[in-house]
Amino acid sequence: MSVVHEVSPLIRPRSKILTRFGREVNWGDFVFRRATALLAALVIAALAAMAAAMVHGSAESLSKFGLGFISSRVWDPVRDVYGALPFIYGTIASSLLALCFAVPISLGVAIFLSELAPAWLRGPVGFLVELLAAVPSVVYGLWGIFALAPWLRTTVEPFLGRTLGFLPFFQGQQRGFGMLAGGIILAIMITPTISSVSREVLRAVPSALREGALGLGATPWEAVRVAVLPYARSGLVGATILGLGRALGETMAITMVIGNRSEISASLFAPSYTMASVIANEFSEATGSLYLSALAEVGLLLFVVTVLLNIVARLLVWRVGRLPQSGRL
Amino acid sequence: MFARRNLLVGLLLTLVACKGNQPAPVPAASEPAPEVKKDEAISLTGAGATFPYPLYSKWISEYNKQNPNVKINYQSIGSGGGIRQITANTVDFGATDAPMKEDEAKQAPGKLFHIPATIGAVVVAYNVPEVTGTLRLAPEVLVDIYAGKIKKWNDPKIKADNADAKLPAKDISVVYRTDGSGTTAVFTDYLGKVSAEWKEKVGVGKVVNWPTGLGAKGNEGVTGQVKTTPYTIGYIERAYASQNKLPMAELKNKSGKFVAPSIEAMSAAADAVEVPEELFVSLSNADGEAVYPITSYSYLLVYENAKDATKGEALAKYIWWGLHEGQKFSKDLDYAPIPSKVLAKVEVRLKELRSGDKKLLSGA
Amino acid sequence: MRSSYARRKITDIFVRSACVAAALVALVPLVSVLYYVTSRGIGGINLDFFTELPKPVGESGGGMANAIVGSLKLVFLACLFGIPSGVLAGVYLAEFGESRFGKWVRFSADVMSGVPSITVGIFVYSLVVLETKHFSAFAGGVALGVLMLPTVTRTTEELLRLVPESLREAALGLGLPKWRVTLRVMLRTAAPGIATGVMLAVARVAGETAPLLFTAFSNPFWSSGLNEPTASLPVNIYNYAVSPYEEWHRQAWAAALVLLLLVLLLNVSARLLVRSRVGAR
Repeated sequence: MSVVHEVSPLIRPRSKILTRFGREVNWGDFVFRRATALLAALVIAALAAMAAAMVHGSAESLSKFGLGFISSRVWDPVRDVYGALPFIYGTIASSLLALCFAVPISLGVAIFLSELAPAWLRGPVGFLVELLAAVPSVVYGLWGIFALAPWLRTTVEPFLGRTLGFLPFFQGQQRGFGMLAGGIILAIMITPTISSVSREVLRAVPSALREGALGLGATPWEAVRVAVLPYARSGLVGATILGLGRALGETMAITMVIGNRSEISASLFAPSYTMASVIANEFSEATGSLYLSALAEVGLLLFVVTVLLNIVARLLVWRVGRLPQSGRL
Repeated sequence: MFARRNLLVGLLLTLVACKGNQPAPVPAASEPAPEVKKDEAISLTGAGATFPYPLYSKWISEYNKQNPNVKINYQSIGSGGGIRQITANTVDFGATDAPMKEDEAKQAPGKLFHIPATIGAVVVAYNVPEVTGTLRLAPEVLVDIYAGKIKKWNDPKIKADNADAKLPAKDISVVYRTDGSGTTAVFTDYLGKVSAEWKEKVGVGKVVNWPTGLGAKGNEGVTGQVKTTPYTIGYIERAYASQNKLPMAELKNKSGKFVAPSIEAMSAAADAVEVPEELFVSLSNADGEAVYPITSYSYLLVYENAKDATKGEALAKYIWWGLHEGQKFSKDLDYAPIPSKVLAKVEVRLKELRSGDKKLLSGA
Repeated sequence: MRSSYARRKITDIFVRSACVAAALVALVPLVSVLYYVTSRGIGGINLDFFTELPKPVGESGGGMANAIVGSLKLVFLACLFGIPSGVLAGVYLAEFGESRFGKWVRFSADVMSGVPSITVGIFVYSLVVLETKHFSAFAGGVALGVLMLPTVTRTTEELLRLVPESLREAALGLGLPKWRVTLRVMLRTAAPGIATGVMLAVARVAGETAPLLFTAFSNPFWSSGLNEPTASLPVNIYNYAVSPYEEWHRQAWAAALVLLLLVLLLNVSARLLVRSRVGAR
């Protein structure tokens, strides 16, 4: 057992039980650590249970299709033949597209609210951005159908087709519904998450750092760039990962605007299909154990994709810099 | 401590919630109730098809006015969902547009009856600004449009049946349902009957691999697309087309006549088809001059042997009411009533409902 | 020297304008959505909406009183399951989370935030509904609580980490045991930020439909207690929005408006509560 005492035993003797089971010097700390650990374990347990349920549910489909499930493009419930490649593509592409739109805007909003805005503006604007999070998914979907898609079809897509049509991303029939609409709606939905958490993170940075940089002659932006952002890096990445998670799992709104066609195309105007959408669309009506099993496997694949993207994000953070952990300077 | 007081408040709120809400006063029946029940409150749950939801919610409301102690909760989570829930016994009755398959029926812990409760139609809605009259579509034309073989509105095959329509030289934007649905099942059932090639290449079912077109979610998704995007064609439940004032195509039925999807045409289809012992049958492409070819029954799923006699009796009485008094609400909601020949057979089946040895409907 | 300063100044102005532009861009869809919801929903807001039960199509005067109460019940349950466990799990991660176990917890929380709400719903369905053989508000609350858990956990962790160590050292120096320091000093300082994270989670689950379809189901009548299926605003919005009827559409938009206002109310009251306890920042 550890012999390092936080408080000298001459001042206060430690209970023998505490000595045996841990490093803590009082019961409060002992219970605190274990109680919080228990709840933290709950997080792992919940995830493990969900993963186990998904594996169990997809057993039939796994054994029948094996790895072919990931590479096959055919999804035919009539003939009971299933392949998930278009959905994997759709999910990853739409989520990354959403991040491309949402991260710069959210960071911009967060910096604006925490650094640049005058005090009287911060409250209202911050409040409005959070309001975006309160809109239910189905309402976004409806708005997407009646407002966003027509606007894309009549204004944005023709413009993009004319100016950037030589790129494969902007070719093809312009219907309004498709990958671009899906990416935009996802971006709108994850912006409040990323920006609110980022704003709190930026606000928590001690002003001494900012003032120090300013005192050395930095412009306000330089102060943010040099002093605040590195300190807040881990928090900002955490915010982005939360946003990414939301984008990967979003179902209702994206289903209503993405066109729901299982094809893989580089064009942003083309319709696409995400894993969450196919589960939501077909689960209620699916009958037949192989069909249900295939849908469970799609859920499992989404899970795997989430895990992989998370690992990639963590590696990126680790590679970019080993600055001292925030809060522990 | 900050947390402690809030915890107390939270506990108090939990207790309050647990004690329950005061139920809102139910409007008193304006006429003497035909069946005076004991005062025991009975609640039944049902789940299934989205298509008959408006009708069933009307039934539930009316029945509750006459029998205030019977509360029925029906939610539309999809036909497949309905079949799964009734099989898992989490609900008291299910509802489905497409009848259960044999292997599904085997998984149920008891024998399930299909009770045809109402009749609906799938219509072909379109949005072609230049066409002022009603479009007429022959079955082969419809199949070819959905197979991607006919690509433009002014194709000679469409023109052949619509001599006076000003068909433009625009691309046809085809819309189908992406989510699994009874509507798709009925529509593809029809396409499969009129085209062997469709049946072989694409198939029949709640979800199929569509050769061409854009997918929309739900009847409302297809409706939204047809409504907002010109030169689009899509298949939807009749109620959606009529409520949104979308033009519905006249389809050529088996007897060669172009028929609009009216309630009479739907009833004609039901009259034309003999209902077998199992009480489920496809009504699409029926024989008859006045028949609308894409019509279908929607079924309720009930266990033959109810575990709980009180609930079983309440359910049996409700279904009996729905098939008699409830039918008068059909027309206003875009459904067709069950024809009397079929009703006679259904009555016999309903009288077979039992709980243990006791028959649930003793000459109601 | 001067040109270098000019360049820096220009960069500064450019970036600052870009941030302002970003804020404006973020607000455009909000304004559009709010306009849509309000213009289409305000017509359906009347006293009946807040006091009456839903009526079938064709009858006027229906409302969503049971759905409003149901949503409040579900959100309350979700908070009961999600907030204490989430906050304390986040505390564990911030205080003791450098171990391997901690890394697994953090990873799990991140991955869980990506699980689609429908999968969580199906999971809770097999866990709770199939066991109890009926749908219930309790099951719905569990599903929503699970959805809240990752957001609350990670936000708590990140914000606790950002509280300066000097506060901790000062409190320890004054003789407080470690657990007291964490709860009373560190957590309290981070509380407003954590409240933001919690409110984000609450706002999200308040509007979730898919997980409720298989857990809380819905109910055209009042539901008593926690063991019966219950109506909720998002499910009603969905059911009404996908129906063919114009008057149900109006009610759906009205319900969306009410849901928004409800979440706003929760948001504001939570902020005020936290501010009154820990002092304004």
